[in-house]
Amino acid sequence: MNKLAKDPVNVVVAGVGGQGNVMVTLVLGNTLVHDGYFVTIGETYGASQRGGSVMSHLKISAEKQFSPLIPEGQADIVLGMEPVETLRVLKSFGNQNVVTVLNPRPIHPVDFTGSGSGYPNMEELLEQVKGMSAKTYVVAATEEAQKLGNPMLANMILIGSLIQTGLVTISQEAIEKTIRDMFPKAVASNIKALKVGMRLVSILQ
Amino acid sequence: MPNIDMDAPGSNQLFIGNEAMARGALEAGIGFASAYPGTPSSEILGSLAEVAKKRDIYVEWSVNEKVAIEAGAAASFAGIRSLVAMKMNGLNVVIDFLSTIVLSGIGKKGLVLMVGDDPAAHSSSNETDSRPVSKWLDIPLVEPGDFQEAKDMIPFLYGISEEFGTICILRSVTRVAHARGNIRLGEIPKVEHKARFENYFDPAAPMPTSIMCVPSSFRHMFQHMRLDKIREKFESSTYNKYVGPEKPDLLIITSGSGWLYSQDAVNALKAENRIGILKLGTLWPLPEKLVKSCLSKSDKVLFIEETDPFLEGVIMEYAAGFSPESKRNLFYGNHTRHLSSFGELTPDAVIKAITGVLDIKYAPRDAEYMKKVEAVPQQYIMDRLLTFCPGCPHRASFWAIKDALAMDGRHGFVTGDIGCYSMALGPAGFFQTRTHQCMGAGAGLANGFGQLHRFGFDQPVVSVVGDSTFYHSIIPALVNGVHNHSDFTLVILDNGATAMTGFQPHPGTELTAMGEPAAQISMENICRAIGARVEICDPFDLKNTTRTMLDLIEQKEGAKVAIMRRTCELVRQKKEEKPYKMKIDPDKCLGEDCGCNRLCTRVFRCPGLIWDPVLGKTRIDEVICNECGVCADICPEGAITREAVA
Repeated sequence: MNKLAKDPVNVVVAGVGGQGNVMVTLVLGNTLVHDGYFVTIGETYGASQRGGSVMSHLKISAEKQFSPLIPEGQADIVLGMEPVETLRVLKSFGNQNVVTVLNPRPIHPVDFTGSGSGYPNMEELLEQVKGMSAKTYVVAATEEAQKLGNPMLANMILIGSLIQTGLVTISQEAIEKTIRDMFPKAVASNIKALKVGMRLVSILQ
Repeated sequence: MPNIDMDAPGSNQLFIGNEAMARGALEAGIGFASAYPGTPSSEILGSLAEVAKKRDIYVEWSVNEKVAIEAGAAASFAGIRSLVAMKMNGLNVVIDFLSTIVLSGIGKKGLVLMVGDDPAAHSSSNETDSRPVSKWLDIPLVEPGDFQEAKDMIPFLYGISEEFGTICILRSVTRVAHARGNIRLGEIPKVEHKARFENYFDPAAPMPTSIMCVPSSFRHMFQHMRLDKIREKFESSTYNKYVGPEKPDLLIITSGSGWLYSQDAVNALKAENRIGILKLGTLWPLPEKLVKSCLSKSDKVLFIEETDPFLEGVIMEYAAGFSPESKRNLFYGNHTRHLSSFGELTPDAVIKAITGVLDIKYAPRDAEYMKKVEAVPQQYIMDRLLTFCPGCPHRASFWAIKDALAMDGRHGFVTGDIGCYSMALGPAGFFQTRTHQCMGAGAGLANGFGQLHRFGFDQPVVSVVGDSTFYHSIIPALVNGVHNHSDFTLVILDNGATAMTGFQPHPGTELTAMGEPAAQISMENICRAIGARVEICDPFDLKNTTRTMLDLIEQKEGAKVAIMRRTCELVRQKKEEKPYKMKIDPDKCLGEDCGCNRLCTRVFRCPGLIWDPVLGKTRIDEVICNECGVCADICPEGAITREAVA
């Protein structure tokens, strides 16, 4: 376990119910706890399988157990599984130093669909996200996951992207161990997805 | 889900609070656990069920909370450590039994009730705080402040329960029960459980006696004597602690989730040298001496609590009885509006409360960034309405109910109940549900509406309930309705699981909590035995379901039942491949020119259907769609087609 440059590191994972938000924080959290860190995770739920906005707060500390909620404006990293949700989280938890890793694949809310205003223009949306982040990595995770044959692998691609940024002190080996523990029946596909995510960010770096 | 019974004492694990409590129960050597599912408490029993056989303990999902606590009490009466879990709504269901077991006392082994409260009602129909029940009914109550305590308090509580012969309550809130954090594991003892109900020796009585709550007044007195002794014990409990300077400018008194939030807030305000925190873990009976000594540390006292101002009330009441010579504190909290008694407690709420008492400046974001925050166009982040999952049978059921009520034309309506289908209050169920209260209330209300014809009432009434809810609390209402000739239609949405809380089994399902074959109780047999007309339909067969509904609501008299049976989509997709390949023919979809008012994307509104503003037509989102096939029957132009997957 290393001392953290900033303690705690506050990560918000933003997405929509059913995307696998909880799974993402669990993979990261389990890995970090086994590396000796204190981890606290708070989830929005109730909406978790029903198309609502979902976010998880993940706090990482080398010193102590923190509360499961991040105060307003204090996210260090936003892991965006969906663009509108990423912007929503930045508005509440972003700040001048926040780094965003984003999957640009939209999930259309039923009310956007019905109202006629439609989903926001993607270019404008991404401009907003970039304007509110000190640095933004746009990772086409769903698209890449579909190429791998399963859109749910987008989550592991995003995790790969996050660790490649170096913003959280997690090694590839440690994540691979967690993958073997948590998904014993799908080790190869998840490790492949992890590497895809790492590669996509290394190209951007 | 981690393996809660892993044999790794001393190791650190990431556990959800409920799993920590379940691990604590294993470390306490329990032999019996019973519960009814309810967010945020469900994982306590769920995780115990997974290891029950291996650990030789008995675990059951009971039909409702009242049976759960009575079954659990029986185990205690026969000398087995017993755990009962429920959410705060369940506590209301068991109050009657609690009010008597607190008088009768328990058996030779401990009985612990774990209640999960849901502040902000993320997944609840009310927002009540369970803590006042401790003072009201004279029950010892503790509240964990973090994940480690959620585990460690369980063996501690069994110790109290057995030493003093009383049921004890552990109250947790969503952000403890349903948050995740570090747990250092302890040892799980090997316990040889031996159950026997013998002539019971009651320490309050000179002779062996029955376990009974009478004579009640005498036993009430005795419970108060027990509480006085427990109070003494709590005075020195390590679950109560003070951190901070010896003479702080402000003393925070907190418990539960407020403990970590208060520390985070003090940390964010860099006010460690100015603020002290008294964290109470054993709340009732109140450790008065400890509280008194801490009150002398500071003139100003701020209560930080989630939901009700419980400690605020009991401590101010206690302090009011101090002698006139004692130093008087200035108290802040809910009564001074520094904190709310509704909604969720957050670090920001604590920061705001502190800065409302002490003159400390706090600005987490710079002014330039705040300008960007304010400039985010609202239409980019409009709320996402909750809806049924793509492929959910409930969407089809409510579509059929909507059409049947419309065809009937007498302004019929739905009385709702508690489950995923509660969302039928909104667009997910086409606004069909018009009342929403507690579990079972929809059928009780339908009983009453169904008697009002004598006062000119002529609207059809449809009570919609889930399968688990049916067994939990609908059967007496149906008995009442048939017996008294009440006119209503009961619709049971039978999706084969307690879906909202995580697919727990119920009396109609094949397996018990422990995965053993269950005696399945047939809901249609029950309804028929009561004397109701029963029709069973598949909601995905929209035409037939609508026709059946219409026929039932137009039948003149009596309570009738429609069982709409189709497996929860989330359960189905774990077992089977998608049944259809869905397609939309862009030549057939006429979009806004169709005259259907975009029935599929404006009314049916399955998340799998999206509107393409460029083409002006509906599309299928292939990542979201579960290919259930229902929308093919919605489209008037036949543009949506389903092709069976071989």
